Amino acid sequence: MDSALATTDPADLHAGQEHGHVSLPQHRHHFETVEQQREAGSFGMWLFLLTEIMFFGGMFLAYLLYRNWYYPAFVVASNQLSVRIGTINTMVLITSGFCMAVGVWAAEMRRRSLLVAMLVTTTLLGVLFLSLKYGEYHEKYELHHIPGNNFNISMFTNPAGYGIKEAPLPPDMAQKTQVFFFLYFAMTGMHALHMIIGLGILCWLISRARRGDFSAGYVAPVENFALYWHFIDVVWLFLYPLLYLINRHPMH
Amino acid sequence: MSTAIGNTIVSLPDQSTARLPKRHYINNEYGLLSWLLTEDHKRIALLYLFSVTFFFFIGGAFAGLIRLELLTPQPDLVAADTYNKFFTMHGLIMIFLFLVPSIPGVLGNFLIPLMIGAKDLAFPKLNLLSWYVYMAGGTLTLAALVLGGVDTGWTFTTPLSTHYLNTHVITAAMAIFITGFSSILTGINFIVTIHRMRCPGMTWFRMPLFLWSHYAASLLMVLGTPVLATTLVLVALERLFGIGIFDPAKGGDPLLFQHLFWFYSHPAVYIMILPGMGVVSEVISTFSRKRIFGYTAVAFSSVAIALFGFFVWEHHMFIMGVSSYSALVFSLLTMLVAVPSAIKIFNWAFTLQKGSITFETPMLYCFGFMGLFTIGGLTGVFLGSLGMDIHLTETYFVVAHFHFVMVGGGLMAFLAGIHFWWPKMTGRMYPETISKLAAVTTFIGFNLTFLPQFVLGYLGLPRRYAAYPPEFQVLNVLSTAGATVLGFGYMLPLLYLAWSLKYGAIAGSNPWQATGLEWQIASPPPTENFTEIPIMDHEVYDYEWLANKTKKEVTTVG
Repeated sequence: MDSALATTDPADLHAGQEHGHVSLPQHRHHFETVEQQREAGSFGMWLFLLTEIMFFGGMFLAYLLYRNWYYPAFVVASNQLSVRIGTINTMVLITSGFCMAVGVWAAEMRRRSLLVAMLVTTTLLGVLFLSLKYGEYHEKYELHHIPGNNFNISMFTNPAGYGIKEAPLPPDMAQKTQVFFFLYFAMTGMHALHMIIGLGILCWLISRARRGDFSAGYVAPVENFALYWHFIDVVWLFLYPLLYLINRHPMH
Repeated sequence: MSTAIGNTIVSLPDQSTARLPKRHYINNEYGLLSWLLTEDHKRIALLYLFSVTFFFFIGGAFAGLIRLELLTPQPDLVAADTYNKFFTMHGLIMIFLFLVPSIPGVLGNFLIPLMIGAKDLAFPKLNLLSWYVYMAGGTLTLAALVLGGVDTGWTFTTPLSTHYLNTHVITAAMAIFITGFSSILTGINFIVTIHRMRCPGMTWFRMPLFLWSHYAASLLMVLGTPVLATTLVLVALERLFGIGIFDPAKGGDPLLFQHLFWFYSHPAVYIMILPGMGVVSEVISTFSRKRIFGYTAVAFSSVAIALFGFFVWEHHMFIMGVSSYSALVFSLLTMLVAVPSAIKIFNWAFTLQKGSITFETPMLYCFGFMGLFTIGGLTGVFLGSLGMDIHLTETYFVVAHFHFVMVGGGLMAFLAGIHFWWPKMTGRMYPETISKLAAVTTFIGFNLTFLPQFVLGYLGLPRRYAAYPPEFQVLNVLSTAGATVLGFGYMLPLLYLAWSLKYGAIAGSNPWQATGLEWQIASPPPTENFTEIPIMDHEVYDYEWLANKTKKEVTTVG
């Protein structure tokens, strides 16, 4: 081997001494320094979130298109969603995101019990969100507002019959409420699926945090998971106005 | 074997004294599990090599059946619906299971850490996972085939795929959905590795162009593939539950499917070709013994292709009722994407100029690439012109065009790369004469297969039909004859490369006298790649540095 190629970089040695982490169990052999490993991990996570944005992007495009085409149907169907539950859920999710952020701080400060408490709170709030969401889904099921062969448009063609103060839609436009509900279920369903996966990872993090894995200076998993969890929050922050609030300022 | 042109001296090292290193990544561990559970990027690359080769020959078998059926004007070998299944399987396997993962999965995995002076990719476990995900997708594709096939064409066009077919559309769609995740994982891994794992001194503009093109392709994988995933999920939901998103009867829009599908599938063409362009840059520089002409331009043209590649998708939809203004814009953008591709071709040509060129097999494949890709690219400009496209779309002209780009381009580059790095991967040389024969056979067979299809398409023969008017038979027979020659051309490397594993000459660490870091270590490389992390203290493609280094080695060893 060439001698010029086979010299160790003094900067790396220096970094190793400075942090004193070179022999930590989480340090994987192919990284020169722990710092490099941590940077690579979080960079990878950001890229993954980029793919997630593109994944949701297709459905946001569909929403944009159909909202322009079938605005009346989207307004009426959107009014069937409970703004109250939606708002509560938004609060719940933001709070859980806050707890997660505190959790990352706790891990960095090496406070084990605070970290565990925050992870547990985050999990509980996530479960609360999903329960409220389940309630909403169940209501739509009873009203036959789930797209497919059992979809029922009578509430939109004859709102007075259901005691709803809405102008009745012509049947062909009422049919388009199905497109809204499909997008509603696809987008919130995909969001919920991400949350369920997140809750699974949270349980794993809690069990490791209780062992003290993350309170000795190694916080990368907590940090990267927090990025994921905040991403889910942000997706919801777009879904909430688009699905629940599109008619808060009526044009007429 | 030495020639002197100008002041560049070409002297390939004497291989008779070369020895295999005692310990390298292949003999470091033994047993099936040491391969199936490996986190070594080099071993994962070999896993990919075996699996993409397997799928290539399955896809190739379908190509053979298609050409055999088209030998006669009547659908007499198979019925029309079986023929539909044949070309669907051919497309699905060749695109998603061969072309997309071939160069990144095999050569990218093997070489990226070696070229940037790292011990492994940033996420070795993710890398192994991507292979398993790929195999799961591949198995499911084969399941769709065995269960009775799918006949949508590889494009899953709605409403055909959602309303009118009773074949295994959902199985196939899920298979491609899963395979997509393999591609995403590979892309993330490459981007992070290139950003964070470069050795000291390896600045962005000292990176070999292979890395630039993989970086650009990875961007496309990361940004494009999730959109395909969404689209396929929507197709499956539409088919299962009739949700109506692509169904005009329920207010949906089939064109939305086209937009979403081609938003991935056009960039996918660049996912297939960009890594190939990286291979060509390395090979041409090495066998011209010259720095790549216009290194910076070639590097940025990869990024430009990735960028423009995202804004041309509508040219697949010119006849589908899109507005003529947007068609105009997309036609213009399509012309623009030809510019960075042309930059590459011209720069390779100028690299050859006054170079000390030798004609080893990888170089022959690269010449094949340059010729065929140029034809494929120029006919792409025909198709991007609005008026011509109306006449030519959905004909054999399109078929010939994308085969020139993806097979003449992507596959030629893959074979060039496999031959070029074969000594590095296995430690042994391939046999030179027969491999040159294979390269020439492939080139001739390819042209004989697909040049007649340009004529067929121009005369108006539509694609995807099992039968055709008798007056087209002569050209179809020519094409089938070419496919036979091409088949031989592809079988040959399989045979002699397998042969060379045991009987090939020992290669030595740098048989081509190439400058990349991967050539400065033993072949096959040790599991850790570099005993100590290298320092990149010279410019990339610096042949004088290499000559000085070799001189020094001789004095110290001799």
